[in-house]
Amino acid sequence: MRPFTYERATTPAEAAAAAAHTQGARFIAGGTNLLDLMKLQIETPPHLIDVNGLGLDNIEATEDGGLRIGALVSNTNLAADPRVRRDYGLLARALLAGASGQLRNKATTAGNLLQRTRCPYFYDTAQPCNKRQPGSGCAAIGGFTRQLGVIGTSDACIATHPSDMAVALRALDATVETVRADGATRSIPMADFHRLPGDTPHVETALETGELITSVVLPKPLGGRHIYRKVRDRASYAFALVSVGAVLQPDGTGRVALGGVAHKPWRGEAAESEMPRGANAVVGQLLAGARPTRENAFKITLVERTLASILVEAKG
Amino acid sequence: MQRTPDTGLSRRDLLAAGAVTVAATTAGSSARAEGAAEIAPANEVVVALQTQMQISFTINGTVKELNVDTRTTLLDALREHLHLTGTKKGCDHGQCGACTVMVDGVRINSCLTLAVMHEGDSITTIEGLGQPGELHPMQAAFVSRDGYQCGYCTPGQICSAVAVLNEIEAGVPSHVTGDLTAAPEASVDELRERMSGNICRCGAYSNIIDAISDVSRSPA
Amino acid sequence: MKFDSAATTNPIDRLKVIGQPLDRIDGPLKTTGKAPYAYERHDIVADPAYGHVIGATIAKGRITAMDLSAAERAPGVLAVVTARNAGVLKKGNYNTAHLLGGPDIQHYHQAVALVVAESFEQARAAAHLVRIDYKAEPGRFDLHAAKGSATAPEPSDLTGPIDTHVGDFPRAFAQAAVRLDETYTTPDQSHAMMEPHATLASWEGDSLTVWTSNQMVAWSTGELATTLGIPPEKVRLISPYIGGGFGSKLFLRADVVLAALGARAAGRPVKVALQRPLIANNTTHRPATIQRVRLGAERDGTITAIGHESWSGDLEGGGPETAVGQTRLLYAGANRMTSMRLAVLDLPEGNAMRAPGEAPGLMALEIAMDEMAEKLGIDPVEFRIRNDTQVDPEHPERPFSARPFVQCLRLGAERFGWDRRNARPGQIRDGRWLIGLGMAAGFRNNLLAKSGARVRLDNLGVVTVETDMTDIGTGSYTIIAQTAAEMMGVPMEQVRVVLGDSSFPVSAGSGGQWGAASSTAGVYAACVKLREEVARKLSLNSADAEFVDGEVRVGNRSIRLQAAAAEGDLVAEDRMEYGDITEKMQQSTFAGHFVEVAVDSATGESRIRRMLAVCAAGRILNPKSARSQVIGAMTMGAGAALMEELAVDTRRGFFVNHDLVGYEVPVHADIPHQEVVFLDETDPMSTPLKAKGVGELGICGVGAAVANAIYNATGVRVRDYPITLDKHLDRLPDVA
Repeated sequence: MRPFTYERATTPAEAAAAAAHTQGARFIAGGTNLLDLMKLQIETPPHLIDVNGLGLDNIEATEDGGLRIGALVSNTNLAADPRVRRDYGLLARALLAGASGQLRNKATTAGNLLQRTRCPYFYDTAQPCNKRQPGSGCAAIGGFTRQLGVIGTSDACIATHPSDMAVALRALDATVETVRADGATRSIPMADFHRLPGDTPHVETALETGELITSVVLPKPLGGRHIYRKVRDRASYAFALVSVGAVLQPDGTGRVALGGVAHKPWRGEAAESEMPRGANAVVGQLLAGARPTRENAFKITLVERTLASILVEAKG
Repeated sequence: MQRTPDTGLSRRDLLAAGAVTVAATTAGSSARAEGAAEIAPANEVVVALQTQMQISFTINGTVKELNVDTRTTLLDALREHLHLTGTKKGCDHGQCGACTVMVDGVRINSCLTLAVMHEGDSITTIEGLGQPGELHPMQAAFVSRDGYQCGYCTPGQICSAVAVLNEIEAGVPSHVTGDLTAAPEASVDELRERMSGNICRCGAYSNIIDAISDVSRSPA
Repeated sequence: MKFDSAATTNPIDRLKVIGQPLDRIDGPLKTTGKAPYAYERHDIVADPAYGHVIGATIAKGRITAMDLSAAERAPGVLAVVTARNAGVLKKGNYNTAHLLGGPDIQHYHQAVALVVAESFEQARAAAHLVRIDYKAEPGRFDLHAAKGSATAPEPSDLTGPIDTHVGDFPRAFAQAAVRLDETYTTPDQSHAMMEPHATLASWEGDSLTVWTSNQMVAWSTGELATTLGIPPEKVRLISPYIGGGFGSKLFLRADVVLAALGARAAGRPVKVALQRPLIANNTTHRPATIQRVRLGAERDGTITAIGHESWSGDLEGGGPETAVGQTRLLYAGANRMTSMRLAVLDLPEGNAMRAPGEAPGLMALEIAMDEMAEKLGIDPVEFRIRNDTQVDPEHPERPFSARPFVQCLRLGAERFGWDRRNARPGQIRDGRWLIGLGMAAGFRNNLLAKSGARVRLDNLGVVTVETDMTDIGTGSYTIIAQTAAEMMGVPMEQVRVVLGDSSFPVSAGSGGQWGAASSTAGVYAACVKLREEVARKLSLNSADAEFVDGEVRVGNRSIRLQAAAAEGDLVAEDRMEYGDITEKMQQSTFAGHFVEVAVDSATGESRIRRMLAVCAAGRILNPKSARSQVIGAMTMGAGAALMEELAVDTRRGFFVNHDLVGYEVPVHADIPHQEVVFLDETDPMSTPLKAKGVGELGICGVGAAVANAIYNATGVRVRDYPITLDKHLDRLPDVA
């Protein structure tokens, strides 16, 4: 970990401004991913801006019947919120499937969105990685790929996004609200928030330098059955091989988003029109064009079987 | 190497960087002074900045003041500065739970948080729960159920277990909670899921769950 | 004292303390965080410097250039140790690779430098400033590719014979009415103990003291002296608390050597803990195996031919994973063969991990037995019982000292409700879960090693035991105290046990499940001597003296024990050694493992619902801590069956998943309530305590029991461990 200076910010705008004019500065909230990466010098910020004092830790009702979740609401508190448990079960379930109790107590809503891939080659600084060191190559391609991406990958990167929460937010059509260095605010739909790797896998989100997430907004509740299945080798405290989040309506329509398959939460609205025809039809379209490796091709079957099982459960 | 104080940091940043005096060096001066370090941002401009900070927090009921490197984790502050070595370092990356402590009653991994982020916080470590001769009920239950072997994950398991029962009491749901809108219970399935952030490679899990169940069943 | 004939009645048989399920005496320290581990000795060294280890970033090749200047100039840095400036370092006998590499690199993350600084943070940061250029050379990293080049390794005490033949295996196998010929694989596995390898080193003149985390104090003291080229008497090694070992801390590792070198270079005490991401590649691991099992039987289930071959790999000069050992002893059969072949691989050093040999060997053999039972249409429990043997099948004149194997299986079947198992797989459902029951035999030899202890009686009647024995979570403190309490007739509170110091008498140490039986036998020997001293001091005939309730009694005379120490402490030291008793009889431990699993019919995830082990391991010295040994081993076996695998990058030559995120070990949610039953048994051929080891028996066979349960649930046989969902997903029933 390189030496760094540290400040506690007091307002979101001030924090964003501070970040913008200190090259390489980072916000720190929960720190559960950033400090992990700093210890390995995968992240080397010279300056940390502690945003925990910004007061962004409330969950409020929005005018159109949704919820505005403060960027600093912990994963635990978000999953435990009675409104989330009642109306956004998918989000609560996804959060509770992630990490451990200790990590959920510290991890924040914004930080969860910004967590970086768990690709083992990204974590091993002796190995080439275009995400960690642009242009150095990708050791994962042709290597140990069982956990890695099957769709939306590129010749530069086959990493996946590790978040469970983001899968639920994508299915729920959440938007991410931010403030920029100049004080301007904007809303970014979840669909646009995370990027595919392309030639620039180090650019992971739509955020600009210094842009600070202030909240995540959920539209009004969708109703229906909310089911999140996280499939993994061990029963808890493990990242997903794949995860499938679905909101299913009594008329057979529904939404589905996937984790563990791509560089971002994977959803295809067009594929969802196939929902009444079953998992095979949905996944056929949702994962059309997948480029799995020999080691992770099982993920295609796994997604399909998991969704099929969810559809069975929803009918039951 | 060329040294210049021009880092792109504003004066406000520098003041914010530490509660103590900022020492931005001028060209040629030593960057190895006590509490200062070289920082090389991407533009290779080097400056000495204050990377030591004074913090004050309450550990097991006693106020402690420390001067720490900004890089010092809460875990290392406890173990190396305060010599409270009951909190263990198993992985230093949030992958094992051996470093679990409670901050304002909430369990966290102390390896993934900086000491400087805990100004004013109240921290409970294994040493704050009980001592040999006056064990906390959870510690006593671990002894009587043999809920440990090598002992290295044990303080983390115990801190986690105490916090888990509080979380259930507070109605926090878990991955295995059947009905999200109902109050969770301290069933063995709930305990196993909630304790899963504490790895015990010796494999004392079955006995640990027995120990926690003993405590959760005993009248408060 | 020499143990060379069957134990007769002795003070241990009173069982006032021995055999009782007592709480561990180190429990209050461990549960309050007061037990000091190696990195935590602020009580001894006030201001140590901190070392950070740098690992090689190639698997094989050479360092061509090293630039330490930036690191040496970095804030707080006191020294940077490399092979170039460390002086001559020899390699000890127990290691295959050098603990400090350079210029030659033998494996990925081989230590190549230690950066020593005033603070942990400074050392870690400065380590990133060390610039090293390498020239990588091609290596051999793929066991399957190297299998054809594998050769017969040199036999040693550890390996036993490389090839064995009894009768005419090829002919008997060819002529068998029912045959099985299958190949199984087990992956490389990591010990993944919770406490990283850690050492605090301090020099006083030319004398070195290391506080470290090590299972074998005497071995490692000698190896450290050898490595540094200093006399053994100049090295003191102290290892009282060990945060898990499982074989990874049997030998000297880089933390010890580098802490010693760092302390010498910095001129002050230095402490080093291996960083978690280094451990999997820097230290040892359980090597992967490819195993072929051939079974031939008559239609009634009598095995006529049993053959087991194993291929594994290691660095040049390393040894094989002895996965065929148990097959020489577990089942009857007139025609037999075993064979081991070793390929040279440039992966990190393979070595012992909990039950080396038997753990992976039984994972293969006991699936094969399940498959064969099915072919024969015989219940798997019955099939095993039918092939029990009470003698060494290779040497029928050599009986087992005790072999209640059949009782383990029968009692296990009864307790588990084995009769409810549907022999036809894939039939039982619970909602979306497929349910299966599986069992396997457990078998592990009882190894014994000479072991010494010193016992002291003071004028308060306190008995102090000193031995370099270690407690790696096994309960050594407690069973040694129980032994001394029983022998000297004092309550547990009057016994003090001090362990893990090389200045104490040399013990068996902790490994190979030999620790409990061997170390308590050594304490027994010392206590016998102390009893004689006490009797002499009290002018009593020691043969008649009874030590009970803090008194020494002869006839109706009774004297307080401490009276013997009124004029000063009485001290006795002895060790237990063994004659050829183990040659005449085969000493082994036995288990029946029973497991119920649920497999998600859609996703193929396997989750264990019930586990039972019925164990026969001689007298159980402390049923509470022995149960812990067994459930811990069962848990590790569950991990081996379901998730544990060091993933090899066969291009770059390293274990990719080298942290506790990537290398998954079981968590609480993976492990159900575990039931353990010990047969009420004594083995007088083992030691005067009539006890045998149990710490590894629990892992032996349990992986196959899980595998067999999964098969029973799904009807899909997986022969490559771990049994992850991708290996049977496409053969599971359609989701409907």
